[in-house]
Amino acid sequence: MNRILRFLAPWLATAAALAAAPLVFRSNFALTTMSLIGINVIFALSFNILLGQTGLLSFGHAVYYGLGAFVAIHALNAAVDANLGLPLPLFVLVGGLGGLFFGYLFGVVVCRRGGLVFSMITLGVGELVSSCSFILRSFFGGEEGIVTNRTGPGPFLGYTFGPQMQVYYLTAAWCFLAIVATYALTRTPLGRVWNAARENPERAEFLGYKPETLRLYACCFAALFAGIAGALSAINFEIATSELLGSQESTLVLLMAYVGGTGHFVGPILGAALVTYMQIRLSDLTDIWQLYFGVAFIGVVLLAPGGIAGWVAMHVQAWRRGELARLLPSYALAAPAIAIAAVGAVLVIELTHRLFAHAMGQSTLLRIGPLALDAQSAGPWALAGVLALGGGFALRWVWPRVRQAWGAAASGRKGSAA
Amino acid sequence: MSQLVIFSLLNGVLYGMLLFMLASGLTLIFSMMGVLNFAHASFYMLGAYFGFEISRRLGFWPGVVIAPLLVGAVGAVVERYGLRRVHRYGHVSELLFTFGLAFVIEQLIEMFWGKTPADYRVPQSLDFVAFRMFGTDYPAYKMFVLLTAAGMFVFLIAILRRTRVGLIIRAALTHPNMVAMLGHNVPRVFMLVFGVGCALAGLAGAIAGPALVTQPSMAADLGPILFVVVIVGGMGSLAGAFIASLLVGIIQTFAVAINLSLSQVFGSTAPPLLGDLWAVTVAQLAPIIPYVLLILVLIFRPTGLMGTRES
Repeated sequence: MNRILRFLAPWLATAAALAAAPLVFRSNFALTTMSLIGINVIFALSFNILLGQTGLLSFGHAVYYGLGAFVAIHALNAAVDANLGLPLPLFVLVGGLGGLFFGYLFGVVVCRRGGLVFSMITLGVGELVSSCSFILRSFFGGEEGIVTNRTGPGPFLGYTFGPQMQVYYLTAAWCFLAIVATYALTRTPLGRVWNAARENPERAEFLGYKPETLRLYACCFAALFAGIAGALSAINFEIATSELLGSQESTLVLLMAYVGGTGHFVGPILGAALVTYMQIRLSDLTDIWQLYFGVAFIGVVLLAPGGIAGWVAMHVQAWRRGELARLLPSYALAAPAIAIAAVGAVLVIELTHRLFAHAMGQSTLLRIGPLALDAQSAGPWALAGVLALGGGFALRWVWPRVRQAWGAAASGRKGSAA
Repeated sequence: MSQLVIFSLLNGVLYGMLLFMLASGLTLIFSMMGVLNFAHASFYMLGAYFGFEISRRLGFWPGVVIAPLLVGAVGAVVERYGLRRVHRYGHVSELLFTFGLAFVIEQLIEMFWGKTPADYRVPQSLDFVAFRMFGTDYPAYKMFVLLTAAGMFVFLIAILRRTRVGLIIRAALTHPNMVAMLGHNVPRVFMLVFGVGCALAGLAGAIAGPALVTQPSMAADLGPILFVVVIVGGMGSLAGAFIASLLVGIIQTFAVAINLSLSQVFGSTAPPLLGDLWAVTVAQLAPIIPYVLLILVLIFRPTGLMGTRES
């Protein structure tokens, strides 16, 4: 009994959190954000079947997301025209099957090579499909895209899926299913063999698994879930455009999965939630939010390749061994230094942006709440420089201690941490 | 007809040589370090923008000389303080690092020079007609780009075939570990090769900028085609990269010049469901031709035209 409960507890908690979220965050903004997060969680999880589980880095994963959206939207429109009376939630699956179909079709070519060549081919196929979207206009709808009406199929169990709340619950339900399914996939023999192929492709091959076939299976499963996410996005926005399958979406999903951490199952979920939220918030605050995303991404690659999940996992381990306290003194030293350096760096970037925006005929004033800093006067620059340099030097001084503490916590050694 | 063939051939060779200026650096870096430099086209773009900025202040010629040196220096710094650190996490992390770098470079260029194309012009000393054929002018600047690219090609061959550094590089192409065993300072050779590869890309950008369009999307437009060239030619093969560059350059330029569609060949009534395909002209298909070539090569010759290495 206890074991069953222990096994079920995380899933029940996830389901409860998904169901209760709209009761806590009631605003319209929160509802649309949470729907978007749900979609991106599925998308990022599907990406991690490739990157995290099989070790394949794809630069064109949005192809299946976008094609799933288009298949779902065409199926939906056709079904409504023919009065088939099929319920809306079914079309999510149709989108997923569309993704699966194209995943197999492209996968046969893409999966012929592994490693870095795989990455380059996915980039090429991504470009091929997004270029095709401007040629095959009747399927992709050209610049305007294809629109639909999600209330078209009529009510299902009394729900019309008109209000955003009902769309959220549809997304949440599929999101839960996708989380369970992708997790189950990691526990199957196939999932384990993927890991083997990631760690040591040669040895996996000697065991009798053809790497090409393994890659193809991974590609198909990833495309299936990406298609489901795409279909949900089409239902959420009631439109599918060629942007859905372009390089920007492919970049975004890579960012979400990697920043979250590809080495842990929860990584992409955390990453999707954080990146989606930051994307919406940051784009309100500054024009150059994408620059911060890029810098943050490089920072994760350089300093914390395990992503957020890897960082959290390290602390959970330290906590289990009762050594978390040993990390705290060095964190107490590092936190102010990081904060000061970050504020200084952001100020420098924003002032530079203002200065160059001036050349393009915009104001030089940097507004932060009630504060207005003029990028053409020396004062703000001096402040920004002092903060950035001071914080930077302090960090240089503190960082070896943090590293030492990490090393000690990771290995469980006794020793002075701070 | 012969006008179309000659001019398309000239332009195709020009485009192909530009591609090779980038593909050669990419191939050298990949063969020696195992690093697939996603940001290679971004260094090309940096070259164009540096050239533009310097030409605005000091004139065109200083720009063509200084911009590649600057780009090479940026490349060396990136190798020393970025790539060398992620090296221990494996090749995928290196690729991800250069991917992030490409993203950041594009954002920085948008921040400094704006999203609209920069006004990078052909210098007056090269702004004349080189020759006239079939009543069409061929600009001297394009000849200049062609000659520079060809000169660089000869220079590269000379370095690789005639110098000691070239000897080490060629050895490292096939036996990277053995070169390290022989006691060469491999990290320094890596930094040098990465810097020189980036400088070549920068030179390509500085001279191609006025002939093509200098804009923040130029890296993202060229990058995927560059990868196609490297795979079609065969990973790690310079000769393959050369052939593939010319092939892609010429095919794409010819495609742009052909205004033929299926409806002109088989009549204007399209079979059901194929209406889109019927109206598309070959010129409109030009952007996807490199990728179709990529898929064909992968199906029929997975190692590429001249490639021997699997990955």
